[in-house]
Amino acid sequence: MPHDHHDHLSPSGHPFRADNDHPLSYWQALEIAVRELLIEKGVTTAAEIAGQIDAMDNRTPANGAAVVALAWTDPDFRAALQHDASMATAEMGFDIGPMKLIAVENTAELHNIVVCTLCSCYPRNLLGLPPDWYKSRAYRSRTVREPRRVLAEFGVTLPEATHIRVHDSTADMRYIVIPARPKGTDGWSKKDLADLVTRDSMVGTGLPKSPDALV
Amino acid sequence: MDRRVRVRNDMPPGHIRTPAYLRGKCGVIERTLGPFPNPEQLAYRHKGRPLALHRVRFTMAEIWGDAAETPTDTVEAEIYAHWLEPADAA
Repeated sequence: MPHDHHDHLSPSGHPFRADNDHPLSYWQALEIAVRELLIEKGVTTAAEIAGQIDAMDNRTPANGAAVVALAWTDPDFRAALQHDASMATAEMGFDIGPMKLIAVENTAELHNIVVCTLCSCYPRNLLGLPPDWYKSRAYRSRTVREPRRVLAEFGVTLPEATHIRVHDSTADMRYIVIPARPKGTDGWSKKDLADLVTRDSMVGTGLPKSPDALV
Repeated sequence: MDRRVRVRNDMPPGHIRTPAYLRGKCGVIERTLGPFPNPEQLAYRHKGRPLALHRVRFTMAEIWGDAAETPTDTVEAEIYAHWLEPADAA
């Protein structure tokens, strides 16, 4: 055998892949204890908890993309979204719950980008779980200080003349960016338009795909 | 409340939803939302006093001074009413 450290090797001689090998943190142990007690006392069931996790995992940026595609094609909906985004999106079946939603529109002159400097507030009902970078201290602290450099690292370089507006999601509101509709998409169906809308374009760290991308 | 406001320059302990980088900075109220229960009280299981929540627009120049990346770019944040005072207050 070429290796000496047998406890780090599987029976076939390969190193074990790193896993959750560290001991539980205080909060992890507390969560497990509370969860097990709630199940033991019949307050909830393991199936209900698994179902809730499943429902959270099933929310994807496709929800947000449907909102954007409708805003691009239906002027009445676009106006309703500007007026009260929580209500407009709830009518599409995307209820945001106790939170409130604001939709901010990108134009040729204005680019919006969303961050939560205090934690990781994110419109989960429309975009699913936030990506790890959205919760990182680097993204949270740099986006309010040097948004253009942050955008450049995402591959987005905007003209100096384009105004950048950073939305710090500090309290009860959640934000979705309505990117500018790509040129060359006249007459496209909502479904095809939605395929151009990326998660990052609704956070403001990206732009929609080019129409050529779908050909 | 005047449309031009200053964020109180206080550093109290506790669960505060006013980012430290905006304290003492002046901005313009973009729109007013709420009322929402005061999260500083909710965090400690008290009944939250209903408060107006203002979206305040700040310029990068106001926040970061000479270090601003592009001075005319802006940041908008939600600030609870009790954290705002008229911008001309001493």
